[in-house]
Amino acid sequence: MSLLTEFSDILIKGTLDSLYMIFASTFFSYLFGLPLGIALVVTGDNHIMPAKHVNRVLETVVNIVRSVPFIILIIAVMPFTRMVAGTSIGPKAAIVALVIGATPFVARLVESSLKEVDKGIIEAATSMGCSKFEIIYKVMVPESMPSLIMGASITTITLVGYSAMAGVLGGGGLGDIAIRYGYYRYEGELMVVTIILLVAIVQGIQVIGNKWSKKINHLN
Amino acid sequence: MIRIENISKMYKTKTGGFLALDNVSLNVEKGDIYGVIGLSGAGKSTLVRCINLLERPTEGKVFIEGQEITAMDEKDLRKIRQSLGMIFQDFNLLMQRNVLDNIKFPLEIAKTDKKTAEKRAEDLLKLVGLEEKSNSYPAQLSGGQKQRVAIARALANNPKVLLCDEATSALDPVTTLSILNLLKDINEKLGVTIIIITHEMKVVETICNKVAVIESARIVKDGLTKDLINHFEEVNQ
Repeated sequence: MSLLTEFSDILIKGTLDSLYMIFASTFFSYLFGLPLGIALVVTGDNHIMPAKHVNRVLETVVNIVRSVPFIILIIAVMPFTRMVAGTSIGPKAAIVALVIGATPFVARLVESSLKEVDKGIIEAATSMGCSKFEIIYKVMVPESMPSLIMGASITTITLVGYSAMAGVLGGGGLGDIAIRYGYYRYEGELMVVTIILLVAIVQGIQVIGNKWSKKINHLN
Repeated sequence: MIRIENISKMYKTKTGGFLALDNVSLNVEKGDIYGVIGLSGAGKSTLVRCINLLERPTEGKVFIEGQEITAMDEKDLRKIRQSLGMIFQDFNLLMQRNVLDNIKFPLEIAKTDKKTAEKRAEDLLKLVGLEEKSNSYPAQLSGGQKQRVAIARALANNPKVLLCDEATSALDPVTTLSILNLLKDINEKLGVTIIIITHEMKVVETICNKVAVIESARIVKDGLTKDLINHFEEVNQ
């Protein structure tokens, strides 16, 4: 208990830093990943804006970024991080790397959600005089919303893990505490506490994601 | 009303091409309930999709009320599509919207103001006999009810033409009959010209005044239903 009081300030700050990293990077990964995922789908064969070459380029870029192990990616993008965030350490810098790493992941999740939308529904919308843009934001996105929300909770949870990794490389947050105090200084109890906090965050996100997705889903 | 002039549709395949429609012409007059009957794979679904250009014919022209839609740009085409309602075998309702919002969807696309749209959707729901289902979601409805919602949705923008692609093929005989009666009502009361694609002779006999028989990408016979039925009976004897 004494340990917890001693380190409570650090733990609170670490938790807040982690939450900040997780939610800010989820937000920005969707800002870029959602349009990218939509583009992957609509430029595909037999979809509403078929464009073979664009599709191939997007596919390749997404696959390349997804192939790089995240820990290497953080280091590789450091010059870029410095340019955008003005520094290569701290939560803000970590967010840049997290967003780069998570955007292609989000794009793939969005892609698979949107592909669940029945082609017939898209055809019906076209027959009613919808523009391509209307088909995207009035049909494809709302129809796959429950699945998109499940994807967002998967993304957020993945970013919990990624943010802990970024923490090790100077990003701050709970991952940083776990490695600095728990690993280097043999404060095993502190490590356990950080893990419990991370588990709680993951559980919370999953429960909220499931409930929300179920609440808005009218398929069953 | 609808004039199809010598349209052909070629699909590219790995081995060359597949001719889904071969020099097809058709003339549908205002107030007709025109049946297009044929076996699956004969090209009838492609034909109906060429009327609102969900499929673009490789050759030939399509006219709606004298306007050549095959020559229209995207914007005009979208506008004209709003005057061509369409219903499908699989209903194709928006699963995450309730019944009323499904019917309002084409009105949203046509930028109808909200109050008018609400009123119009409620009237249509009454027309198809589903007033009590306005807040239900498609997943809670039976096949026949779904098709009624789809019909109401297709009629939202007061179309002159209703295209029906195998609209009763997923329904049992009793439900089929009730949907056909509804279509007939719509034709008589609202003066909507109807084109029905089907593989069931019974559908044609029940409501179509004219019929075209399509066989391996060509129209092999067309005319008044009663004449053609006599013809079939002679052939069968």
